[in-house]
Amino acid sequence: MPTQNNIRIIARLDIKGPHVVKGIHLEGLRVLGDPAYFARRYYEMGADELIYMDVVASLYNRNSLHQIIKRAGRELFIPMTVGGGLRTIDDIREVLRSGADKVAINTAAIRNPGIIKEAANKFGSSTIVVAIEAIRQSDGRYLAFTDNGREYTGVDAITWARQAEEYGAGEIMITSVDREGTGEGFDIELVKSLAGSISIPLIAHGGAGSVEDIHRVIAEGGADAVAIASIIHYDLITKEVTAVDTTQEGNIEFLKKNSGFIKIRPASIAKIKAYLKDNGIVCRPVSWYEESYSAKFEGHGQ
Amino acid sequence: MRSHILQNLKGMDNRPRVSIIDYGMGNLFSVRQACERVGLDAIVTSDAAEVLRSERAILPGVGAFGDAMKNLRSLGLVQAIKNFVKSGRPFMGICLGMQLLMSESEEFGHHEGLGIIRGTVRMLKPIDSSRKAKVPQIGWKRIRAGHGGHSSWMGTPLENIRNGEFMYFVHSYFVLPEEERTILSLTDYEDLLYPSSIKKDNIFACQFHPEKSALSGLEIYRSWAGIR
Repeated sequence: MPTQNNIRIIARLDIKGPHVVKGIHLEGLRVLGDPAYFARRYYEMGADELIYMDVVASLYNRNSLHQIIKRAGRELFIPMTVGGGLRTIDDIREVLRSGADKVAINTAAIRNPGIIKEAANKFGSSTIVVAIEAIRQSDGRYLAFTDNGREYTGVDAITWARQAEEYGAGEIMITSVDREGTGEGFDIELVKSLAGSISIPLIAHGGAGSVEDIHRVIAEGGADAVAIASIIHYDLITKEVTAVDTTQEGNIEFLKKNSGFIKIRPASIAKIKAYLKDNGIVCRPVSWYEESYSAKFEGHGQ
Repeated sequence: MRSHILQNLKGMDNRPRVSIIDYGMGNLFSVRQACERVGLDAIVTSDAAEVLRSERAILPGVGAFGDAMKNLRSLGLVQAIKNFVKSGRPFMGICLGMQLLMSESEEFGHHEGLGIIRGTVRMLKPIDSSRKAKVPQIGWKRIRAGHGGHSSWMGTPLENIRNGEFMYFVHSYFVLPEEERTILSLTDYEDLLYPSSIKKDNIFACQFHPEKSALSGLEIYRSWAGIR
């Protein structure tokens, strides 16, 4: 029997301008609140990593997360991945200098897979995450899209993941655009066929609506890590009113209204990890923050 | 501004000065932040003289062993690091920085290391070669006391860490020091148990990233900062 590897629970923050946003199928973005607040709370609650995606960067050909990352890097001591609009080796170098540990690249890698090899050689394989946005076709195949699922490439997602590994990617993050933001559960078939095709770690993203969904994508899909957003965002903003940016008109109404029909049952990272543990999945426990360490570091930086 | 002379050993504000050795391999931002958080005056430098003037030094790093040695040589840092370690001042190696301390590595052929600690760098793979395993190993794994037991962590940077605490790892290689008693902690990868931290005299080195291991990782920096 293979030993069960520790599964990572990654909090994903989609960023537009200075805000955390959330959409459905990567579209229809709504402002939720301040990235610094969300990131700090997830860090304290036991997130194993953070992913920051500049979700409008591709449209403007630039990533504008440097200030957000720099600030986070001074306060939060867990791995941070940054993605969105990274086109060149210089773009990658710049976000790494701002404090990112890894970069996620999609559009640039599909256009020029050589950038994976070049970046892996320069910064180390483990620094390069290739993000794949997949949409299921009527014939059952999965095709990779770019620019938040807008741009058709015709590239087969599974073949592309294998190639990305050969080029030197350290991890693959697969997003099911069909499921993203819907809470209908991960696309298990997609994750499973990818997990069986590559020998680098696989991060599953898109569709988590409940703790059971997260368990399934690990137990049945074979994911090594899970990136989650809506399920923890909705938990946070319903419990901590200060997290919500109420200056953005219509937000509260939107969130209240949506909680009725979107199939998301909010859960905290602690609740997710507890459920996984009860069901035989090993993860890093969340208790660290309450323990003696915290007192020593409270009030130090800022 | 105070005089230039006062910048030796202590930083300008009297905090102990630590040199984070920059040889073009990996993200040093968080190492620096962690040092600052525990009250050290951290500078990121490629200058051998600067390193030798500091009270303590850290060799971090992510990437390929061969490139790393090449960079250290061309920056004239090999002898500086050896001299620094010989001086008895606190020295920390992290991830690739731990591996570089060994005599040699089997990464893509054979590479000679700094040779400060006798030992080799091996590729991470299951003992049972029929096992399918993911490389690199990325994620939070437990560190457990080696043969010396948990008491061997006393007086080391791990002294306030629980046996079995989780730390963040990302690596494809591991070190095998010749002297088993230098091993502080072990960690598993599939069916393999490998040394995840070692201590030899004034050297502490770890395969995991304490600066990415939340508060328990910062605790390692805090303890290290208190060791003379």
